Amino acid sequence: MKNTAVEAQHLRKSYGEARAVDDVSLTVDRGEIFGILGPNGAGKTTTVEMIAGLRTPDSGRVRVHGLDPLADRERITRLVGIQLQESRLQPKITAGEALRLWSAFYDDPEPWPELAERLGLADLLDQQFRTLSGGQQQRLSIALALVGRPRVAILDELTTGLDPQARREVWDLIRHVRERGVTVLLVTHAMEEAQGLCDRVALINDGQVKVVDTPDGLIRSAAAATVTSFATTSAVDLEALREIPGVHEVRRDGGRLVVEGNDDVPLLVLSCLESQGVAPRTLRVQEGSLDTAYLTLLATTADPAARSPHLTQETVR
Amino acid sequence: MTAHTPTAPFAPKGRATLAILRAETRLFTRELGALFYILLFPVVLLSILGAIPSFREDSPDLGGLSVVDLYVPVTILLSMIMAALMTMPSTVLAYREAGVLRRLRTTPIRPASILVVQMLLHALTVAGSSLLLLTVGRLVFGTPLPESWPGYLGAYVLALVASFSLGAAITAVSPSARIAAVLGSLAFFGSMFTAGVYLPVQAMDGLLRRIVELTPLGAASEALNAAMLGALPEVRDLLVVATWAAVLSLVSVRFFRWE
Repeated sequence: MKNTAVEAQHLRKSYGEARAVDDVSLTVDRGEIFGILGPNGAGKTTTVEMIAGLRTPDSGRVRVHGLDPLADRERITRLVGIQLQESRLQPKITAGEALRLWSAFYDDPEPWPELAERLGLADLLDQQFRTLSGGQQQRLSIALALVGRPRVAILDELTTGLDPQARREVWDLIRHVRERGVTVLLVTHAMEEAQGLCDRVALINDGQVKVVDTPDGLIRSAAAATVTSFATTSAVDLEALREIPGVHEVRRDGGRLVVEGNDDVPLLVLSCLESQGVAPRTLRVQEGSLDTAYLTLLATTADPAARSPHLTQETVR
Repeated sequence: MTAHTPTAPFAPKGRATLAILRAETRLFTRELGALFYILLFPVVLLSILGAIPSFREDSPDLGGLSVVDLYVPVTILLSMIMAALMTMPSTVLAYREAGVLRRLRTTPIRPASILVVQMLLHALTVAGSSLLLLTVGRLVFGTPLPESWPGYLGAYVLALVASFSLGAAITAVSPSARIAAVLGSLAFFGSMFTAGVYLPVQAMDGLLRRIVELTPLGAASEALNAAMLGALPEVRDLLVVATWAAVLSLVSVRFFRWE
């Protein structure tokens, strides 16, 4: 157990009639970047807020480094740094004042000017919070979550509102923070982020953990490890392609045929085409993305009644 | 973990609280509107009233005081309710709505400390305003300084506590800053009347005066006025103010929501 950073067992939380979290259990190792992935309203934020001790679970048990986040409030606040979703600061506080103030809360804070530098805030220190752009506020919020040198960092929607350049910088910073042994709990619905950053990912939907795996494992298990696509002028027997073992989906996309399936599928597709006497042009074989895996997993694990409203909130590819 | 676990060397609470005080003080000085209404508006009002010649004449009906004299404690109360009912609830609720209080809950600092600091800053500004009013009253309009300082200070502190607990209760029961602004304004205009801004309590008659004396600001006004004249405030007035303060504080503690 020494190696466990966060342990959550059978967490449940309802808001009135609505059950936000329904039996979530998670174990996060120390030094791990652990992603919590799922559509809006899946219960991700409620889950991490219970882990952080900001919400009281209806039932279940949480331990962070062996401590109860509600009973050991004082210690937990020194152990856990949180970047909350949609949390603003005093409108007229400058970025520099906020960093200085937050540093004063902790025994051994990170030197904040360095942190500001890393997050591209160095030129904004004299600007009041209300005049910062959404992305700048977000970066300041990340800085405040990390300034107390937390052992566990909980980051909710880390890169929402950041441009691609800033996003890369934030990801680098998170990797850097992890190298010092910090555990990172990342709430996200950006597949790219989960794939590029996380060691393991928990897929949460309808308030339940559907699957926990490495990003690669998730992609493999979703049966769309590879995406084979090609153009052709001749008629293709689509049924024959669908009957290839390991094929998950065959569809037309623009002028191209797309076959999703496991690792063996590309070669089998080629031999199938050859036997049909079809010459594929501009053949491409791509690695299946977490995006595809995510949608497949959501579709296969979701409660059919509750599924469609969630899916519409995510942009497909 | 048990209570026997030795506590780690935590950062001294004092340092963090001081940092909040420093930061909030800076932020407070950026709120020029609030500063104007608490610090300058009452003295401007006093000066305008004092510009009317008949208001400066001592009158035997008013116990040998002039109308302006009566308005010195009244404008002191005005700055109190301005701070307690108008600016403080909106600041605190804006913090709550922005998630500042929630954010502070994730740090080793208790979010209550920012509320205490806000009250302190508002109270200090009121004190500054009061000194300004007493000085202007004395130097410009010849208003007698309080004869009984202990009585005056006692009544003053009680009035401060009563108006701040009224403001705190409004903050606590309001679900949003907008509703707090409405409730605050209602309480503000009501308290302006009972504090005697439109008509000094001492100039009210009979039944009206007896009713007003049962309100927190009405009783505070009587107590301050009595202390200015050298008498100790009446125990009944002090009791009225203290009771209101206690009840309203309980209400605010009971109903305040951090998020």
